[in-house]
Amino acid sequence: MNAQHALRCLYGIVSRESLRFLNQRGRFFAALVRPLVWLFIFAAGFRSILGVSIVPPYQTYILYEEYITPGLLGMILLFNGMQSSLSMVYDREMGSMRLLLVSPLPRWYLLLCKLLAGVAVALLQSYVFLAIAWFWDIHPPVFGYLLVLPALVLSGLMLGALGLMLSSFVKQLENFAGVMNFVIFPMFFASSALYPLWQIRDASEWLYWVGYLNPFTHGIELIRFALYLQFSWQSAAVVVVCTLVFLSVAVVGYDPLRGSLARKIDAR
Amino acid sequence: MESASGQEQPVLETHQLCFSFHSKRVLDDVTMHVHKGQFVVLLGANGAGKTTLFSLITGLYASDLGQVFIGGSDLRTRTQQALAQIGVVFQKPTIDRDLSVLQNLRYFCQLQGIARSDAKTQIALALEQHSLSELAGRKVMQLSGGQQRRLELARALLHKPELLLMDEATVGLDHESRTAFLNSTLQLCRDNKTGVLWATHLMDEVASADYLYLLHQGKIVAHGTIPALLAQHQQSTLDGLYRHLVQTDVSTNQGPGA
Repeated sequence: MNAQHALRCLYGIVSRESLRFLNQRGRFFAALVRPLVWLFIFAAGFRSILGVSIVPPYQTYILYEEYITPGLLGMILLFNGMQSSLSMVYDREMGSMRLLLVSPLPRWYLLLCKLLAGVAVALLQSYVFLAIAWFWDIHPPVFGYLLVLPALVLSGLMLGALGLMLSSFVKQLENFAGVMNFVIFPMFFASSALYPLWQIRDASEWLYWVGYLNPFTHGIELIRFALYLQFSWQSAAVVVVCTLVFLSVAVVGYDPLRGSLARKIDAR
Repeated sequence: MESASGQEQPVLETHQLCFSFHSKRVLDDVTMHVHKGQFVVLLGANGAGKTTLFSLITGLYASDLGQVFIGGSDLRTRTQQALAQIGVVFQKPTIDRDLSVLQNLRYFCQLQGIARSDAKTQIALALEQHSLSELAGRKVMQLSGGQQRRLELARALLHKPELLLMDEATVGLDHESRTAFLNSTLQLCRDNKTGVLWATHLMDEVASADYLYLLHQGKIVAHGTIPALLAQHQQSTLDGLYRHLVQTDVSTNQGPGA
């Protein structure tokens, strides 16, 4: 693989996804409204009920809004990862996926480019969300805004790879909507996005373990720690391993020799 | 490029390709060749296996048996070298309707790894050749069916491929647009010495073929130049030839008395 060709291809795919995203302004606002509603309404309403005691990485008592901010960043990445996979199913149905897959580059690299393009779009949304949250008195350390970038990229890659993996097994767009409901909501609610895991443990031991084993929890914790200038080795390791596993399965799924793709593109 | 025997190497060779779909044999023992500057027509009814064959040639599917060589490169072992030599117009449009004509062409150049300055020149030339210059800034969704097909053809040729694959490329076009589109592809084939494999189920698109393959129920039931096939099967029209060949194949498959 020629490095210059690879870079041009990456730039092309990222530009295309960004242009499509900017052309669909409704999608941009919809993606932002979701976490903002949670921040402005849900968090305000539950502030007094769901008090959060001192838990790492926080050094002191914090407002509930501050606690769920990393979870809402995770929400942006999760929805975006699934949205970009949805667009792959759509592209496959509409035919534009064929154009990508017959490009003279290794298929794993083309899929990685698609993944990175999705993450680039999610990053833009995440920083706009953080900027709005700042006016809502969410003030992480200034340097945290920079340190959270690699954490957002890693978590975004993991969630995008998960979506990519799911898209390789799904035949039609209608089926993917079902998969999203079975994946997004359980992943989001059974995680540390809205409440710390120790609080879940008070209610149910098995639910605690579900949350603990949920890769999304580790994505959020990676973001939470990075935003407050700390690093969670455990979360980083889980996120990296899950990304590699999800991406590998997706690459196999999109391989015409081994995967299920060949039977998915309608034959005539 | 010439082979060891001194003969010009075909830009496309398929050897005994077989493909099954849910245990049903969709393509059976398909062997064909396309040479440089040759306009080859693959004629077959809907469901004959044309699109499946194109999916095998472009690497979207992997064959159960057989081989595909593009410009001498084995698609299975030298996939990227092989794919770099083909331009494809798929049956279903593959252009991005949300992007402009120019953005679609740029995107394709980037996928093919064409340097920015070269891409600029190539795109300007392609727009002019295919009468799309005035539409460059327009979104694809604002173009007519014929203009969209012209854009697909322009895009497929941006990287100067040796082989052009056209899978039912005129579907959805009116007669006038179909004729214009076919003629411009033929012109490109002659001028650039590009090998063209044109899949169709329409009889009126067959007449200009340098060589014809007839695909019926996943098998090549006849191939040759049109005059040779007409003479061989004692037919005076293409319609008659098609009916004769298909009926012969059906009765052969069903056995005597069918």
